[in-house]
Parts: sequence; structure tokens; C-alpha cells
Amino acid sequence: MAETTHTGQLNRPEGLRGIAADWASDQRAFKNVSWGKAMMWIFLLSDTFIFGCFLLSYMTARMSTRVPWPNPSEVFALRIGGSEIPLILIAIMTFVLISSSGTMAMAVNFGYRRDRRKTAILMLLTAALGATFVGMQAFEWTKLITEGVRPWGNPWGAAQFGSCFFMITGFHGTHVTIGVIFLIILARKVWRGDFDIGRPGFFTSRRGRYENVEIMGLYWHFVDLVWVFIFAFFYLW
Amino acid sequence: MVDVTPADAVPPAEVGEVELYHPHSWWTKYVFSQDAKVIAVQYSATATAIGLVALVLSWLMRLQLGFPGTFDFITPQAYYQFITVHGMIMVIYLLTALFLGGFGNYLIPLMVGARDMVFPYVNMLSYWVYLLAVLVLVSSFFAPGGPTGAGWTLYPPQAIMSGTPGGQDWGIILMLSSLILFIIGFTMGGLNYVVTVLQGRTRGMTLMRLPLTVWGIFTATVMALLAFPALFVACVMMLLDRLLGTSFFMPALVEMGEQSQHNGGSPILFQHLFWFFGHPEVYIVALPAFGIVSDLISTHARKNIFGYRMMVWAIIAIGALSFVVWAHHMYVSGMNPYFGFFFATTTLIIAVPTAIKVYNWVLTLWRGDIHLTIPMLFALAFIVTFINGGLTGLFLGNVVVDVPLSDTMFVVAHFHMVMGVAPILVIFGAIYHWYPKVTGRMLDETLGRFHFWVTFLGAYLIFFPMHYLGLMGVPRRYAELTDMNIMTESAHHLNSFISIMAFIVGFAQMVFLFNLIWSIRHGREAGGNPWRATTLEWQTPQTPPAHGNFGKELPIVYRWAYDYSVPGAKEDFIPQNVPGSFGLGPSREPA
Repeated sequence: MAETTHTGQLNRPEGLRGIAADWASDQRAFKNVSWGKAMMWIFLLSDTFIFGCFLLSYMTARMSTRVPWPNPSEVFALRIGGSEIPLILIAIMTFVLISSSGTMAMAVNFGYRRDRRKTAILMLLTAALGATFVGMQAFEWTKLITEGVRPWGNPWGAAQFGSCFFMITGFHGTHVTIGVIFLIILARKVWRGDFDIGRPGFFTSRRGRYENVEIMGLYWHFVDLVWVFIFAFFYLW
Repeated sequence: MVDVTPADAVPPAEVGEVELYHPHSWWTKYVFSQDAKVIAVQYSATATAIGLVALVLSWLMRLQLGFPGTFDFITPQAYYQFITVHGMIMVIYLLTALFLGGFGNYLIPLMVGARDMVFPYVNMLSYWVYLLAVLVLVSSFFAPGGPTGAGWTLYPPQAIMSGTPGGQDWGIILMLSSLILFIIGFTMGGLNYVVTVLQGRTRGMTLMRLPLTVWGIFTATVMALLAFPALFVACVMMLLDRLLGTSFFMPALVEMGEQSQHNGGSPILFQHLFWFFGHPEVYIVALPAFGIVSDLISTHARKNIFGYRMMVWAIIAIGALSFVVWAHHMYVSGMNPYFGFFFATTTLIIAVPTAIKVYNWVLTLWRGDIHLTIPMLFALAFIVTFINGGLTGLFLGNVVVDVPLSDTMFVVAHFHMVMGVAPILVIFGAIYHWYPKVTGRMLDETLGRFHFWVTFLGAYLIFFPMHYLGLMGVPRRYAELTDMNIMTESAHHLNSFISIMAFIVGFAQMVFLFNLIWSIRHGREAGGNPWRATTLEWQTPQTPPAHGNFGKELPIVYRWAYDYSVPGAKEDFIPQNVPGSFGLGPSREPA
């Protein structure tokens, strides 16, 4: 078929129709957004609904229970130097996780500058901070378990406190752990220069690009953001 | 300057060519294939196979209802297991998987002019996780205690109590695990479908030139990605209730004279989560059917679809509205009555975009050059059936009418009509329509007509009497109806009649299966475009399309998908990749 290419002024509709026409436009709805990035965004939207459902279920349980809800600032207090400091561990965890978002953002930036060394180091640093977060979470779990908190009950009040705590932080912790694993894999690829030489992926046989670092970053920031909501709704409420 | 219409202007390519994975062996070509077309066939075959299990289960149920007391092996427990697994398979493992995994995988890349899905490897994983989910489900038949008998909605507390089959055995655990796997697998595929439609179209293919099939599948997939999370969460929480003894959904209760260990959970929370998934699920199945039927009608009536833009907006509106109607499944659950008012209103509002679609189908047929091919017969049957199901939906959507009808056969008849028969008629029509593209051969016409008439008339003979039984007050979910005083002699006869019809319709499906297999080798050669259709999948250089779909050059799209019977054109259809409107009468493509 002969290719006929016409150049010239297209008839563009105006107003609302124009908006619809722009979104519906040829080939791509989101211009300059790669497939991988679009896919990650849509996945995160779906994941938002999962965390949303978890948090809404938790709030329903907390609001409808007729038994007193344990006070988070007492439960999550640590005795340091002879005084009870409420939420101190959670505060440190939050600080660590939010810092890791900073190092992730820097890794993305250095990735686009094609600075392999700094990108890989910053990604490993991000992974280390993430692992620290999970480690402190494990400490927190251990502490609560030794104090008698179980998924089916606890010494202080509503049984749903333990159920929701373990389920929600466990699900979030799993997200962080998966993120750490992928950060390490991706850091290795950056370090090895896979994205400079266009080495095909082991499973997919697709060539990766430095944009993958940014896509990884999207996931990481999302996990971070979810933590902020868990922090607000579970610990500060 | 030459007067250039938008139809002729071709924008430059925005996306580079895709790197496709080229298979090196038989295994990577046919088994662990990354080609969306192979994955589509795998999905369809698996869904059909598990669908046959569900068909057999429905026969067993009908045996019990039609001839109570005759078959000793169908105990009440077994009956509940049949109900549960039949419902789950049909709704999730058959309909969702076939429409999105099967038709979505096959048609999206071909119809939007792409070489494959955007991430073929993830797409392949999607199928294998789906297969695993199916196997886990099937394994529950062989587990101690058998599959769960909690009803397909799996309502707690009964779902995980000892009185329910599988409640304290393996059944419910395997069911929930299988659902979780299904959702994970579906998400991997669904992300692919959405991104392919949004970001992977060929040059000239604007969203407003997409065939409505793609619009339907696309919107349904977006909905599924937002609705399945609620089911995922519900499954995780119930699994924890069952395995770890948490009390998310379990209130304090006495079971077999003993106080259960649970305390303070909310069964209604489960219902909200379940139906926040469950109602969109109805439209996850219906929207692809809407889309496919639009294309079947337009092609076989040789006429452009009436009101294309409105059809698109109606699909989007239905998709959005279906997220705010879920509690109309819960009028009798004991939730706040004011909720019923809100949800009845939103439910009835959905009738507006749905009615737009039905009117537009009918107006597409109006003065069309109607060819009563088998796909067309199925499409017409769908419209009638869908209107029927929609009208009984008006009864059930209103609180005061729903309350007395809610636990009767009327509900069974309604949702089988609207969610069972109607989409499955479309699936059949679609298989007769696209089979020539998948295999290169036509399905046998005579067997096809036999299959159509028996299925269509038979489905009505099954489900129409069921409405009547429901109005009489015959309850649903009862394994044994013999000694109830509402069951008159005639009601018993009607029940036997329904059962016999169910076997006859089931037999017709065996004929269809035979046709599917027989025609692969012995069907009439189809050629590339047997229906003389406009959409891109019919314009591929090879039939069946080769790996990469379109040969060296991707097609360029110059027009919408519905240029049928354009005045002045040589033929009564102009494929989407034919340039130029010169010398032709006006295309009806909306500007």
C-alpha cells in the first residue's frame, strides 16, 4: 500500500471536544510517557486500591468495635534512659524511609546523567535504608509479640488491633522487601553498565534503559507514601 | 493549500519498533510463548476446559432440583459445593478470563495495530499464574472435605464454619488462595491490555477510531484493575480469619454448643468488600460483550455503528457508575436503610447509558443490509436477552420489590439471563466471527445453526420458567424442595422441565465443541477477510497472523472502524488502513 502522507492544518475541535480529542489522540494518550512508566503508574493506581481497602477495613473495625482500642502512643513507646518515649521507633522508621526516598530521587538524577557509579551507590544506599526499615519493623513485631500481642488478641483491648497491625504493616513490609530486592538487582545492572551497552534482559530479552531507575523510583516513592498514610491512620489516630 | 481532512493526515510515528522475543524452539513457540495470540488461545482453552467442569456441576444441580430424591450421591453438602464452584468458575475463571485473557489478548494488539502486547513476558506470566489458579481450584475437589460449599459469594461467618462443606477443611483455603492467584495473574495481563491500548497504537489510530470491541475490553480491564483489589483484600482477611484465628469478619458466636474463638468481626464488612468487587465484575463481563456485539452488528448489517461517540461515552459512563452501586446486592443484609435509597437511585441511573447502547444497536440494524450469519444471530439474541435481563433488573434494583424477591429463584433467573446467557451468547458469536482469523477456516454452518437455535431457545425455556418459580416464592440455594407447601405439583413439573432443557442445551454445547475441533482441519478455507470487515485484524498479510502480526510495515489507519456501505465506494466496506476519501461520498466518521 502506497503511503500517502499529507501535511497541513488539521481540523481541531474546540472546547470540551478538543480536550477529549487531545486525550484520544493518535498512538499515545500520554505523550512522552514510555510503556514501562505508564504500566507502573497504572499498577500503582491498582495497588492504591488494595491499600485503600486494607485501611478502610481497619478503620471500620476500629470504629465499630465496642471494646476499647489500645492506645498506640503507649503500645509503641520505648523505654530509653528511664523514660517512656512514645512512638520513638516509629518516628525513626518513618525518618529512615523518607530519607530513602531522597537517595532514590538522587539515584534517578544521576542515572539520567549516566553516572553509573553514583547511581548504583545511591540505589544500594536506598536499599540499605529500606532494609533498615524492615529490620526495625521486625524489631517492633518481636517486641509486640513478646508483650503478648497476637493476631487473634492482645492484653489491652480489641483483638482487631493485632490483626490489623500485623496484616497492614506486614503487607507494607512485603512491598518494601520486594522493593529492596529489585533495587539490588537494578543496581547490579547499572553497575555492570547494562543500560549503556544495551544488554538484553535475562528473562524478557528486552534492552533496559536508565529510565528503569526512574520507574523503580516511582514504586519506591509509592511505598513511602503509603507508609505516611499507615503512620497517620494507625499510629497517630 | 490542499484541503486536507483529518482522515488523510498521517502523523509521524511516535514510538520506535518493538523488540519482539523470537522463539527458538517448539517449547517457546507453543507452550511458553510470549506471543499474545498464542497466550489468547491458551487462556481460551483453559477457560473452556474449566467451564466444562462448571457445566457438569450445573447438570448435577439440575438433576437434584428436577428429580429430588432420585440421586443419592447428591447430598445437601455436595449440592452446596456444586453451587459454589459452578458460580465461581463461571463468573471468574470462565467469563472474566475468556473475555479479557482470551479475546483481550487476541484482539487488542491486532485491532490497535500493534505487534504484540507492550510487555509480552509479563503477559506470558499472566497466563501461567492463571493456570495455577485454576489448578488450585480444581485440586480442592481432591482435598479432604472437598471444595467449599459456602455459596459463590463466600459470605462469612458460615464460609469458615464447620457446618459448611470445606469450611474447616481445605476447601475454603484453596478457594481463597486460588482467587488471590487469579487476581495476581490477571493484574499482570490487565496492565498489559491497558497500556497497549493507551500507548501502543499504530499511526492514525486515535482512541476515537478504536473498534468498540477494544473500547469494551479496555474499560472492563481498567475496572477490573480497580475492583479486584477489594476482592483481594477480602480474600486475604478471610484467609487470616480461617488460618490465624483473627476476627475481621467473624463475630462472636456459638457453634455446635461451643463459644467460638472469634469476637467482634463484621460480616457486613466482607459483603461491602465483596460487592465493591462483585458489582463492577458484572460490567467487567458485560462491557466486552457490549463492545463485541457492536462490531458484530455493524459488520453483519453492513452499516456503520449508530452514534459511535455516544457508544464510547456510554461504555465509560457505565464503567464509572458501576463503582457506586454495589450495595444493591445487600438490601437484605441489615445495613442502614438510607443506603438502600442511595444505591437504588444510582442503580436505576445506569439504565440510561445502557438504554443508549440498546437503542444504538437497534438503530444500527435499522435499514441495514442484514446478513443472518451465525455471529449475527448470536448478536441479535444477545440484544433480546440483555433487554430481558435488564428489565428484571428494574425489579431487583428497587428496594421494596427486591426484599420479597431477594432469596427466590427470580434472582437466579435474572442474573443468569443478564450475566450468564447474554455474555455467553456474545462469546459464541465472537468465536464464530473470529475463529476464521485464528485458524484460517470457517466453523461448520449447519452445526452452528443447530447450536444457535438450541442454545438460544433452550436458554429461554430454562430461565423464563425460573422467573415464574421465583414469583411463586420458590427459594434459591435449597438443596431439597420436596416438602414445601409453596411447591405445587405444577412447580415440580416445571422444575423437571427446566432440568431436561438444561441437559438439551448442554448437549448442544458438545456439538459446538465438536465443531471447534473438527473445523480446525476440515472447515471451509476462510481466506483473510471472510466477513468483509474493516478492522485491522482482518487486514493482516497472513491468516492466521504470524508472529508480529503485520509483516514488515505496521498498518497506518486512515479512517474509523465503521466505513460500511459508504456511497461511491467500490465495495461495501473500506478497511481502516485504506487511505483517501477522494471520490467517495461522506464517511459517517464523527469529526
